[in-house]
Amino acid sequence: MTPNAIPDAQALINSLLEQIRPTVQSETVMIGVHTGGAWIAEKLHAALGLTTPLGFLDISFYRDDFARVGLNPQVKKSTIPLEIEDASIILVDDVLYTGRTVRAAMNELFDYGRPRRIDLAVLADRGGRELPIAARFVGTQVSLADNQSLNLTRDAAGQLHFTLVEKNHAT
Amino acid sequence: MASNPQLNSNGELTHLLSIEGLPRAVVENILSTADAFASVGDREVKKVPLLRGKSVFNLFFENSTRTRTTFEIAAKRLSADVINLNINASSTTKGESLLDTVDNLAAMQADMFVVRHASSGAPYLIAEHLNRTGAHHIHVVNAGDGRHAHPTQGLLDMYTIRHFKKDFSGLTVAIVGDILHSRVARSDIHALTTLGVPEVRVIGPRTLLPSFVESMGVRVFHDMAEGLRDVDVVIMLRLQNERMRGALLPSAQEFFKSYGLTPEKLSRARPDAIVMHPGPMNRGVEIDSAVADGGQAVILPQVTFGIAVRMAVMSIVAGN
Repeated sequence: MTPNAIPDAQALINSLLEQIRPTVQSETVMIGVHTGGAWIAEKLHAALGLTTPLGFLDISFYRDDFARVGLNPQVKKSTIPLEIEDASIILVDDVLYTGRTVRAAMNELFDYGRPRRIDLAVLADRGGRELPIAARFVGTQVSLADNQSLNLTRDAAGQLHFTLVEKNHAT
Repeated sequence: MASNPQLNSNGELTHLLSIEGLPRAVVENILSTADAFASVGDREVKKVPLLRGKSVFNLFFENSTRTRTTFEIAAKRLSADVINLNINASSTTKGESLLDTVDNLAAMQADMFVVRHASSGAPYLIAEHLNRTGAHHIHVVNAGDGRHAHPTQGLLDMYTIRHFKKDFSGLTVAIVGDILHSRVARSDIHALTTLGVPEVRVIGPRTLLPSFVESMGVRVFHDMAEGLRDVDVVIMLRLQNERMRGALLPSAQEFFKSYGLTPEKLSRARPDAIVMHPGPMNRGVEIDSAVADGGQAVILPQVTFGIAVRMAVMSIVAGN
């Protein structure tokens, strides 16, 4: 991806809204994955006018690479504000890549109860899955090099933006 | 090996031996991580899988109920397997040395030792021995060594203060009682000064204050009414009955009269001051029941917070 091809996060949120709206029911529960997914979920939750409280997950305690990288020093509190037993959940994240974050999020959710179903909504799907996980609602498909990543940031006005980050490996 | 045996070559916490010498960022990271663990206790399944398949050995060479139990709960909530060893009743009575015991447990594929010992420095000895013998994957957490340090108690005290007072920057904290023999006092003083508390006071009779205690950056008071004036936090220490025998104190009744925390003495503190105690309490010796059971006491929340703080410590060191 080149910098001028970076997708417009706000437009993608609108696209997600159009996809999600017809599926929403009174008992739909929205849960955002910290940090980017939480920002998106806040916007979706407000725009959809969901009456159930919004939940947030920090999956640091469920990561599968703890033994290699240790504990994330910026771990946040997970707040699942209601019984999720039998709930219909929309899990929200910013970028879907290997699927490991989503696996960790689902493992954590099941420690709160047994949801009836979980759907995944992501702003961008960059492919590269390492686990059998798929999103039901996708803002856009993107193609990124291995050393590239899309990072979501939130500006002072609360607007979300993608930035392209390139890791330059020394040779 | 680095000069601080608690930190690995990247400056990350790999053993917790003492709060003294820990960078402020490390202490703050433990507190914020504990915050995230606190909510695990409210869930249906009070467990996270971080230490699944790891073996945590509680090595207690000295009696403890609260500390050992909260370490055990913390390890189990991290999904570790916990093995409790009360060593006074075990190999040492048969003459096995401390490090031989450690080597044997290491050979049983231990991943972490939680150590309480009557001798100051015992956890250091173990950590350095493990580092020296190349057992870098085994982590040591000090659960109280002699008069030296009780770092997880110090950290849970800081967590408690932060929970109720939000911010350390404007606080006056008084530590009252037997400072001389208290590893809790030492860990609290180091933690409070590391976190930037502007005024730390110690209050007690001359016989129960270490000489040169001022060099730790505290103000010394011998009069309770004076020392408690306008403080935000009162940390009471347990008066160990065995001190009475050593002629350091006339009697428990005398001590209570001068240094026991009564509602009347507490009224010198700020009206929103909190009262802490590491337990076990001697009611009527260092604290009046009316205070211990009163609205300003946060002694039971301290115990609950201790679980989250110990989960944070164990998961941080295990990951480094």
